[in-house]
Amino acid sequence: MSSAVKSYGVWILAAILLLILPYIFPAGASITTMCLIGIMVIFALSYNMLLGQTGMLSFGHAVYYGLAAFVTSHMINWAAKSGVPLPLPLIPVFGAAAGLFFGIVFGSVSTKRGGTAFAMISLGLAELVYSSSLILRSFFGGEEGISADRTKLIRLFGYNFGPQIQVYYLIAFWTLLCVILMYAITRTPLGRMCNAVRENPERVEFVGYNPQFVRFIAFSLAGLFAGVAGSLAAINIELAQASFVGAAQSGAVLLAAYIGGVAFFVGPVLGAILVTLLSIKLSDFSEIWVLYFGIFFITIILFAPYGLSGLLMMHAQFWRGPFGSKITRLGKLFGAYVVALIPALVMIFGAILLIEMIHHVAQKGAEGANMHFLRRNYLTVNTHTVLPWVGGVIAMIGGFFAFRFTWPTVANAWHNALVDAQRSGK
Amino acid sequence: MNSAIELKNLEKSFGKTAIIRGVSLDVKAGERHAVIGPNGAGKSTLFNLISGRFLPSSGSVLLHGENITGLRPFEINRRGLSRSFQVTNIFPRLSVWENVRCAVLWSKGYKYSFWRNIDKLEDVRARTQEILELIGMTNRAEIPAGVLTYAEQRALEIGITIAGGANIILLDEPTAGMSRGEAENAVALIRKVSEGRTLIIIEHDMGVVFNLADRISVLVYGQIIATDEPAKIKANQKVQEAYLGTAGHD
Ligand SMILES: Nc1ncnc2c1ncn2[C@@H]1O[C@H](COP(=O)(O)OP(=O)(O)OP(=O)(O)O)[C@@H](O)[C@H]1O
Ligand SMILES: [Mg+2]
Repeated sequence: MSSAVKSYGVWILAAILLLILPYIFPAGASITTMCLIGIMVIFALSYNMLLGQTGMLSFGHAVYYGLAAFVTSHMINWAAKSGVPLPLPLIPVFGAAAGLFFGIVFGSVSTKRGGTAFAMISLGLAELVYSSSLILRSFFGGEEGISADRTKLIRLFGYNFGPQIQVYYLIAFWTLLCVILMYAITRTPLGRMCNAVRENPERVEFVGYNPQFVRFIAFSLAGLFAGVAGSLAAINIELAQASFVGAAQSGAVLLAAYIGGVAFFVGPVLGAILVTLLSIKLSDFSEIWVLYFGIFFITIILFAPYGLSGLLMMHAQFWRGPFGSKITRLGKLFGAYVVALIPALVMIFGAILLIEMIHHVAQKGAEGANMHFLRRNYLTVNTHTVLPWVGGVIAMIGGFFAFRFTWPTVANAWHNALVDAQRSGK
Repeated sequence: MNSAIELKNLEKSFGKTAIIRGVSLDVKAGERHAVIGPNGAGKSTLFNLISGRFLPSSGSVLLHGENITGLRPFEINRRGLSRSFQVTNIFPRLSVWENVRCAVLWSKGYKYSFWRNIDKLEDVRARTQEILELIGMTNRAEIPAGVLTYAEQRALEIGITIAGGANIILLDEPTAGMSRGEAENAVALIRKVSEGRTLIIIEHDMGVVFNLADRISVLVYGQIIATDEPAKIKANQKVQEAYLGTAGHD
């Protein structure tokens, strides 16, 4: 019993969390956001089966997501029209099959080679599929895409999946199932050989395995799970569009996996949550949010190459000894972080103010001198006066130097925590 | 006795340079066979040809009488031939345990299974444990292979090579760069794991060679100039001139 709790406990907790989340965040917008997060979690984890686990950098993972979305839309329409008793919650099975099918077809070509060759082929295939989406109108539906009314299917226990909350539970179920399966796969002979192929494909050949075939299976399975994600996306907005197979979608999943960190299983989960939240929330504050998103991505690549999960795991080494001392140790460290964070925020504030003012003057001069900073009416700034410009420059530069001034404090705190942890770790 | 490995008129050129120039060799099943020769003679290249890493320019390789020329390395490995590398070739960011376990999996028949929990495969666990004990690294099991000392990485290299239970083992300079004590341990290990198997070993240390090998082949400039028992090799005039006379004392 206790070992069962140990190995399944985290999944039971996750299931409970997914069940109660809509009660904690009941607003319609929150439910919608959580649906998008669930889809992105599956998609990013499926991507990491390639990037993090097998060392395959794909620029075209949206192909499997998008094609499965179209298959899903067609499937819903067909079932609704023909009256086949197929309830909505089972539809992602067809998305999975579509993802697997296209994964097998395209994977048999692209996984012959690893490294750069694989990356280039994935890009080529993505272009191929995207351009055919503009040609094959009957399947891709041209500009409008293929819409599908999810409520037209046979009801399951009286649910018609019209209300978003019902779709939330459908997505939550599939998300949990896929996460568990993808985690389980990492702990199988194939999963471990994927890691070996990532590390040293040549050596793999001399212990009896064909690295091409390892890559091929990993690729096909990644296609399957991407297919589930795409299928849920089509169900979620009742539409599949050409953009689903596009480069932006492939880029988004790469960013999510990378920002979360590809070295740990949970990394892409964190990344999917953060990237989805950012892409929804940032646009409330600025027109040029994509720019900030790009800067954020570059910052992560430069300063936290193992992503958010890497940053978190760096702190695992301090989690030793009695509970009280763990808390004080980490408390002191986070105190130092706060000291550094304040000038960093001032610097970021100054930079954003300057960027927004430049954007306003350059792009929206016709609207007059006044700018609503971060789209807040109460933060109106007159871009024709000197004060905000000088203030922005001072905040940015002053903040930067103050921030640098705090680095030794952080380094010191880190060192102390390390020494303290080693002392109590015996 | 029948042959484990037979090389027939093997040749290999890179571009215009001929590196292996007509090698024929018959390694008996169960013998310990050493390949010696000066630097650049083509010893490692010969291993690359036998193990499928390179395709020969002409000639053939027979394994227990079966022609394996042109097969991929994993196909040859599945037929029971395993090799180590002169330049350590491991999985640096995987733990020592994972390194060895990867080399055990195929031999236990799990292939590309993605439905079995690897930690519950008792035969795989036991074999991995056995190999770690054999190479003396049970207390290093959790450490990433990349941070091991040089001698430990060489031992792991041997561990990976023997883990699948191949009955033909090719070792390319397994003791190079080791201290005397480390080399002695390695030789004892090699002696033990090659018991009842066929071993082909490339080695520069003549002490090791003469004490371990049943027969020795001398490769000079892409050709085998002599194959014989250690005592006869020592006495061979041609070998003295070409190799032992200059390199015999290290
Ligand atoms: N892939 C390759 N392409 C071109 N030349 C190669 C290649 N591999 C080996 N050679 C050349 O073949 C020759 C023999 O190399 P090999 O590594 O087989 O020698 P060796 O007998 O193992 O020497 P050592 O004792 O130094 O290990 C060398 O001149 C080397 O430069
Ligand atoms: Mg060599």
